[in-house]
Amino acid sequence: MDVPILQQGDVLIASVQSDLSDMQVTRLRDELTTLVGSSRATGVVVNVSGMDVIDSFTARLLRSIAEAARMRGAMTYVVGIRPEVAIALVHFDVDLAPLQTALDLDEAMHLLRQRRHRHASNGD
Amino acid sequence: MATELESPRRVAISSDNDIVHARAQARDMSIALGFSSTDATLVATAISEVARNLVVHAGGGDLVMTAVADGVKTGLTIEASDRGPGIRDVEAALGSRYTGRGGLGLGLPGARRLMDDFSVDSSAESGTVVRMTKWRIIDELERLRQRRSRDGLPQGARDGTR
Repeated sequence: MDVPILQQGDVLIASVQSDLSDMQVTRLRDELTTLVGSSRATGVVVNVSGMDVIDSFTARLLRSIAEAARMRGAMTYVVGIRPEVAIALVHFDVDLAPLQTALDLDEAMHLLRQRRHRHASNGD
Repeated sequence: MATELESPRRVAISSDNDIVHARAQARDMSIALGFSSTDATLVATAISEVARNLVVHAGGGDLVMTAVADGVKTGLTIEASDRGPGIRDVEAALGSRYTGRGGLGLGLPGARRLMDDFSVDSSAESGTVVRMTKWRIIDELERLRQRRSRDGLPQGARDGTR
């Protein structure tokens, strides 16, 4: 019932399979924030394609996942927002600008790779 | 005046699992009423907001979903009621005067924008009732179908003319 979290290289991938209760979303945030440190991840991808509904509470939590991960040095992408859900989200006052989104997992992985290369070349 | 199409569906809300359940019910009922997938999602999202208020601010309450018809419109009316402490400033809760985190953080401004009709009655004595409706226009073909099922065969089919 809880959200499976996989690690691929230095990216954590959380795949939400179904609608989540408030408690489950909160737990996902806490787990991801902890895991970013223990796994030394630099990227987090949250796949929400299994979610029928994202309301203001969940939207706020997704943002807080991204902000907490950023504090811990990782970049978060939310992927797989369904078209209907995207339209619903537009109705809310929640400021989702801090949230990076990509169409799907592949695109997010690509963007995270690009970012890593950029950092590597800047670093030298 | 809107008339009820079928017996209302009641969902008791007391925990955050009930919120998930209520969303699914709202979606199913919207789809059954012929709402588009997008509108069904908007309704389910609005339900989620008001259901959370029941849990967080009133220690639980009831959701009643009713299919309604009004002339060329068919719709879904949702009533969320609780016996909680009431909302002291409904205007503020609806977010018309405050910006930022959606009024007082009750999720009502979002729900209001997602639905077509929206009203709130609240007092410290009797609790809070949020009533909201999403409408769908019945198209020509559906109207014909409804008339047929109501009146039996259409006149033309019975006497062999068109």
